[in-house]
Amino acid sequence: MALVKVHTAAEARTLTNDGIDTATRLALYRSQFEIRTVEKRAYDLFLQNLIKGTSHLAIGQEAIAAGFGTAMLPGDWSFCTYRGHAHTLARGSSMTGVLGELMGRECGLMGGKGGSMHLTDVDKGVMGSYAIIGAHLPIAMGAAWSAQYRGTEQVAVCFFGDGTTNIGAFHEALSMASTWKLPVVFVCENNLYMEYTPISEVTPVKNPAADRAAAYGLDRILIDGNDADVVYRTAQTAIARARAGEGPSLIEALTYRHHGHSRADPGKYRPAEEVAAWLKRDPIPQYRQRLLDSGVAESAILAIEDGIKREVDQATAVAKGSRAPADGLIFKDVWADGGWAWRN
Amino acid sequence: MAELTYREAVAAGIAQEMERDDMVVCLGEDIAAAGGVFKATVGLLEKFGPRRVRDTPIAEQAILGAAMGAAMTGLKPVAEIMFSDFLAVCWDIAANEIAKTRYMTNGQISLPLVIRTGNGGGSRFGAQHSQSVENWAMAIPGLKVVAPSTPADVKGLLAAAIRDPDPVIFFEHKALYATKGEVPDGEHVDTIGTAAIRRQGSDLTIAALGLMVSRAMEAADRLQAEHGISATVLDLRSLVPLDTQAIFSAVSKTGRLYTVEENPRLCGWGAEISSLVAEELFWDLDAPIIRITTPHVPLPAADRLEDLAIPSAARIVETILKTMD
Repeated sequence: MALVKVHTAAEARTLTNDGIDTATRLALYRSQFEIRTVEKRAYDLFLQNLIKGTSHLAIGQEAIAAGFGTAMLPGDWSFCTYRGHAHTLARGSSMTGVLGELMGRECGLMGGKGGSMHLTDVDKGVMGSYAIIGAHLPIAMGAAWSAQYRGTEQVAVCFFGDGTTNIGAFHEALSMASTWKLPVVFVCENNLYMEYTPISEVTPVKNPAADRAAAYGLDRILIDGNDADVVYRTAQTAIARARAGEGPSLIEALTYRHHGHSRADPGKYRPAEEVAAWLKRDPIPQYRQRLLDSGVAESAILAIEDGIKREVDQATAVAKGSRAPADGLIFKDVWADGGWAWRN
Repeated sequence: MAELTYREAVAAGIAQEMERDDMVVCLGEDIAAAGGVFKATVGLLEKFGPRRVRDTPIAEQAILGAAMGAAMTGLKPVAEIMFSDFLAVCWDIAANEIAKTRYMTNGQISLPLVIRTGNGGGSRFGAQHSQSVENWAMAIPGLKVVAPSTPADVKGLLAAAIRDPDPVIFFEHKALYATKGEVPDGEHVDTIGTAAIRRQGSDLTIAALGLMVSRAMEAADRLQAEHGISATVLDLRSLVPLDTQAIFSAVSKTGRLYTVEENPRLCGWGAEISSLVAEELFWDLDAPIIRITTPHVPLPAADRLEDLAIPSAARIVETILKTMD
């Protein structure tokens, strides 16, 4: 599929790559490179049987996480899906915490109780990764209601895949969020496949989120999700709108996952030429070239890359060395008193 | 003491908590301007305004999702799901999200919220508006389950549920909304997880919940008056946490246990209580534990059939007499 021309809402139409300063650009690159490196490491650890269960990698989709993560303020909230490692890292969560959680170790973000699909780091504003399709859209909407009620100017950003646009919770959340003018930004990462089935085969409109925005009184926003600058600028606009009390946005960001849906899926259902075309549009080499073109010294880029590789190696070593969670953790934190008692 | 209806006690309990804590908010279908389809939230909009008492669209996932997202970020929402049958529409949010999030996040997220819902039969509404689904909630680790039978308990337990730092599903019985009872004056906060002895007896114990408490009481009166049989009636009030000590204490004194459950038989709460008593109090029993339940059928609408299906005082008396030889 050829990438469609970027169409944006009126306030986003003036988007330009100009005006993003070098420090921000380097932050965007750093975030993308960190996500890619950690995700690749997760893949390797899975092959080594050090990560069990499943794992949904965001390799190829890093620009969306980086763009939003860079545009959000520390008090803002991220609501992620089971493909949530990227969004968690993009808010500044520790690699050790992420890798440790994937490996079921004591040093994991949730002590090993959540696993790959539920990464949560409240201190960093990561309010959870939700593994039931659509569930977190109304939850993010509720957090936005709380921000509106308490007048805190916090914004909730909710990431989800194209497949989510066909489940009922999508409609319920968009409808109520728009009616109540809540400070929430809904971000559809359209990677063209729900799991194994092309989204176009199961959806009556071409752009599953953007084409439905009008139903909620929202602008149609369709962007190139592989361009971190575009994502960053769109995020800034939508977040500013939410913070100003002007209500939610629904953004569809076109992207592509380089791997299958999960570890169980080699992704063989995708035409080779499609994969090749999207690999050419890999957000990370593309952004690296843009940095060079804009005059950033390659040495500065290499320093970032080397630093991240070292950090990922260190985090891997720490996570590998971390113990399995203590047995008693099974009974911890069912209730606020820390326990699990259901009887006296 | 003031006399309130069960439905007035709902509004009174919420109002008491909204007055003391600005973080308490209400949401649900028709709860604000209309005062609720069961008129259980009458007056709240007038007293607290539309910012704190909000009508929602007919969107149960949005209602519970909004409550969850609000609770994890500082509010104490009281969400109404009009009929408990509708919990099936948003069970993902209740069972997969609300119940599990504190645990999965290793305690990072707290969900101080209440889901109020109209439960139970007797209103001739048919199989989709009459179910007793407290056992659905009881089966999910991470949900507290409360079901009051009197106006005083409605107010006190609802206040306790709102103050509770964990999610509580609060089952109000539709057939009890019009009933009246004395409610303590001033601030009234009860304790979740405590059963109440409604009648002290010596021959047997009847454990009941919600609407079944009054039927157990009527049965106990008739057993005493007509047959000289003396029954303890235990109102469980809460299924999670479960006051097993109160159950064990009553059963060890009477040697016999009957459960009266409005839920269909399979995996009703009485099954868990029977199992607990059999495991831990077997040698105190003088006879098998008997469960009196709605049969394992969807509830029929016709008054004649619904009355036959749901345990009645007559059926309780009959069952006890048959098994007391």
